[in-house]
Amino acid sequence: MEDIRERLRSGGVILGDGAWGTLLMQRGLKPGEPPEALNLSRPEILEEIATLYLEAGAELITTNTFGGSPLRLRAHALEGRTEEINRRAVEAVRRAIGDRAWVSASVGPSGRLLKPYGDCTPEELYANFERQIGVLVAAGADLICVETMSDLSEAALAVRAARAIAPAIPVMATMTFEDTPRGYYTVMGVSVAKAAAGLEEAGADIVGSNCGNGIETMIGIAREFRKHARLPVAIQANAGLPVTRDGALVYPESPEFVAAKAVELLDLGVRIVGGCCGTTPDHIRALRAVVDKHRESARA
Amino acid sequence: MDILKLISTSLEQGEDERVRDLVLEAIAQEIAPAEILNAGLIAGMNVVGEKFRLREIFLPEVLLAARAMYAGMEPLKPLLVQEGIPVLGKVVIGSVRGDLHDIGKNLVGIMLRGAGFEVVDLGTDVHPERFVDAALAEQAPVIGMSALLTTTMPAMKEVVELIRARGLQGRIKTIIGGAAVSAEYAGAIGADAYAFDAAKAVQRVKEMIL
Repeated sequence: MEDIRERLRSGGVILGDGAWGTLLMQRGLKPGEPPEALNLSRPEILEEIATLYLEAGAELITTNTFGGSPLRLRAHALEGRTEEINRRAVEAVRRAIGDRAWVSASVGPSGRLLKPYGDCTPEELYANFERQIGVLVAAGADLICVETMSDLSEAALAVRAARAIAPAIPVMATMTFEDTPRGYYTVMGVSVAKAAAGLEEAGADIVGSNCGNGIETMIGIAREFRKHARLPVAIQANAGLPVTRDGALVYPESPEFVAAKAVELLDLGVRIVGGCCGTTPDHIRALRAVVDKHRESARA
Repeated sequence: MDILKLISTSLEQGEDERVRDLVLEAIAQEIAPAEILNAGLIAGMNVVGEKFRLREIFLPEVLLAARAMYAGMEPLKPLLVQEGIPVLGKVVIGSVRGDLHDIGKNLVGIMLRGAGFEVVDLGTDVHPERFVDAALAEQAPVIGMSALLTTTMPAMKEVVELIRARGLQGRIKTIIGGAAVSAEYAGAIGADAYAFDAAKAVQRVKEMIL
């Protein structure tokens, strides 16, 4: 598999995948059950979803390991199975996609706050990510995707852990921002400029934003990143924010809507696009067409 | 600056030791404990809540201010109890079953305490029965539920239904919040109230039980 950084250097846009949670629920994930538990009980589901996204045209396929760090698994009494849970997630995606796409190993927040705001020390957090990422790398992940971070210190610790364990592995790091009256900030008060600088300094290869917003707000966030980041920028938006329709919860942005707006992301120079919560293989298929068209027009 | 104003501004700055010292000083000056609480600590916390709502400050500042609030409450609590100053009421809060997110829920707890409510925090991943059992055991008239995820939200409906099934409607009211939740959803599941943020949660709880 070509190093994703090489691909980024040679130009063009890379397409990520969409949400996993909804697809997991449709296939039997019960309310309250941690998604990562399925890595042990039903790995064939992971293969199926990975295949759906591959067929939709995604080039980056995410592993079901967002909550797979030991501190997160501890809440479900699964900490002792950290190794198995993370290894099996990578293996399942690899079985499904071979080397037709990159295995992007997801690393989400620990769910803990660093001192003095919470009770966690930087050493504990670092060890937490080191243990998870060590397994992901050993199992053959193509890149580490630190995502949905609010605290820059925590994100930087995860990136540093990845860098220390596997100096050569590509690391993508994305944070979740709010649209506030004074600009885009994470709930911990990190601006896009600070995120871009801090993540690069920690050793990330790709920076950006995922989750928390629909695609329209993400365009504004992308603009900020392009202003402040020297590294390639990745943007993975939700299909809007969930609304209730006929008593059921739905994400309102259609594949067509997302695809039409995504053109603006590409025009801004965003290099990796994909989806987060609420996006489906149909969204990714629609984005595939946009990315392909953009590639053609860039050549012309 | 008068000492209550100093308490309030020091709390805003998250200076926990200074807040405690100032509260001790105010007590020594024989200022009424309720006044220290209301014009000092709660006044400061209200400013913090409003600034956070407008995102003039962020979570770290709120957490530090809350810590200062606790520090100031320490010497004050025994005096308040001694004088028999009633707390506003009790609220049971928690993140619903399957949901481990607690930043929003903690914030609501902090703001409720700041506003003078007694808060029983059940933590995260709280099962529907536990919410209702705790509200009964604690004689709390309000259950506050938080969910960040669309996947865990249905547990809120279960709590509302459980309250009905046990014939407790009217006696125990429900308020919900969290990233995935909306006023429409609260209406759809029959919850008594929805709060967009922690400041609104305090307001709604006051409306419900005062």
